[in-house]
Amino acid sequence: MKSIIEYLEHSSEQYPDKTAFADEKSSCTFSQLKCDARKIGGVLSSMDVYGKPVPVMMEKSVLTIKVMMGIVYAGGFYVILDSSQPAVRLNQILDTLSPEVMIVPRENKITAEGLSCQAVRLSPEELLQPLTTEAEKNLDRIAGQRLDIDPLYGIFTSGSTGTPKGVVISHRSVIDFMGPFTEIFGITRDDVLGNQAPWDFDVSVKDIYAGLKTGAEVQIIPRKLFSFPAMLLDFLEERKVTSLTWAVSALCIVSVLNGLDYKVPGSLKRIMFSGETMPVRHLNYWREHLPDAMFVNLYGPTEITCNCTYYILDREFQAGDVLPIGVPFPNERVFLLDENDQLVTEQNRQGEICVSGTALALGYFNNEEQTKKSFVQNPLNHRYMETIYRTGDIGIYNSRNELCFASRKDFQIKHMGHRIELGEIEAALEKISEIQRSCCFFDEKRNKIVCFYQGKTDKKQICRELANYVPDYMIPNVFRSIDTMPVTKNGKIDRNRLKEIYSTKKC
Amino acid sequence: MEELMEILEEICPDVDFEEETSLIDDKILSSFDILSIISEISDVFDITLTPAEIIPENFNSAQAMWEMICHLRD
Repeated sequence: MKSIIEYLEHSSEQYPDKTAFADEKSSCTFSQLKCDARKIGGVLSSMDVYGKPVPVMMEKSVLTIKVMMGIVYAGGFYVILDSSQPAVRLNQILDTLSPEVMIVPRENKITAEGLSCQAVRLSPEELLQPLTTEAEKNLDRIAGQRLDIDPLYGIFTSGSTGTPKGVVISHRSVIDFMGPFTEIFGITRDDVLGNQAPWDFDVSVKDIYAGLKTGAEVQIIPRKLFSFPAMLLDFLEERKVTSLTWAVSALCIVSVLNGLDYKVPGSLKRIMFSGETMPVRHLNYWREHLPDAMFVNLYGPTEITCNCTYYILDREFQAGDVLPIGVPFPNERVFLLDENDQLVTEQNRQGEICVSGTALALGYFNNEEQTKKSFVQNPLNHRYMETIYRTGDIGIYNSRNELCFASRKDFQIKHMGHRIELGEIEAALEKISEIQRSCCFFDEKRNKIVCFYQGKTDKKQICRELANYVPDYMIPNVFRSIDTMPVTKNGKIDRNRLKEIYSTKKC
Repeated sequence: MEELMEILEEICPDVDFEEETSLIDDKILSSFDILSIISEISDVFDITLTPAEIIPENFNSAQAMWEMICHLRD
């Protein structure tokens, strides 16, 4: 198998009239998806996008999946971009990609006007043209030259230096992951997958490709429902959703707002979660309402294609317990290295979680420096090439020998499902002339980003300026002005001291 | 009402809560903002919001939120 196009073509042959994707207003069958994707691919195939990024500034929808598959038919790889992020950040991403073509829907043209990128801009309507004989020939030629190491998608994540990094994933990595993923959890054509994750997040890859591979239906849940639990649960019930693969923060919204007291969707049988540590209190709320459902904790960063370990819940947990991240997926090696790059195998000793296997990304697009830092030769192997990804996550084996996430090695945090480098926020704060120095940290208990700053300005002003540089989920929730920053002996800002000041003043 | 305005301005300093009447429909508030507002008003006004109250109509304006709070306190 060389590309995920084979998933689409197989399902389209097996279940031509079965619903493949549906959103609030529209839906398409597998054969319609294939047909429209080929039309779009046909137009793009004359534009030489093979192996190149094609940014897509669209929200998740039936039309968007057609565009994505069209790009893949043309041999390119798609990069879904959230058009609500600041133009400065979008321009950083587009500078990194330097695309020749980008897909912008007509209603998004205004946002796109603020972008410096010179790429040809096409709307989905312009791409949906009848397939010409020439286009068909192009598609055949492209199908013949495919390799499974060709890139399939790119996803940008926060970068500590202030510039987002574009993780590039190949067809091979997705194929390698989706087989075990669907088999282990028993996802079949009879499932209805309730897609929560926006498509610029890799959580969505599991919905999209589990659907295409097995013939399951993907129900795209409108983003706005995640603030209104009654509407959300009505949607899940009406669309007969059987399976959720959601970000932890999305599941927690439902439990915080007591959504399941209103309604428990009757068809739900599988709940999988990832993105950050699942608080046991929230997990237990879900388990109480859905005692017969399968619950799975999934772990892994975007760089290793969705997830590298899983834990199917097999026992009760009490608030305060740590959920294991479990065992590696087949064909992935997951291990801990201590600070001297020695293997950690004993219980309760910390090490950095490292991953080896086909799952590894092709690196960060157009960013050799960052790629070399994280994708390295396995220090335990001196005999042949074996690249591993160093996640920067610290793990331990518990007393049952189960792998558990412990903490981060650096200043990366998870906030509302977003992976954020505090360095990116601080780099944006530095651009504000009134601020002399700043330092951010995360208050995990209250789920808030805290910013200490030195300078003559206020919260309102800072928020307004920050919105020019970073997405709204990166804007700190709490601002504290301070006369002088406490520093350590080495002259660095003393984060621990700031945390002390923050916690004492609050009480 | 003043107390509510203080809460709202603390959570979203950049939003004009005096004027805006389609905070949800125009996507002015993010889902995190809405969650923060719900948790703050539950604490401050000592009320419990059930899914039946957490609907767009009750959050489109500061006035609508205030009416919901008053209704729940009665």
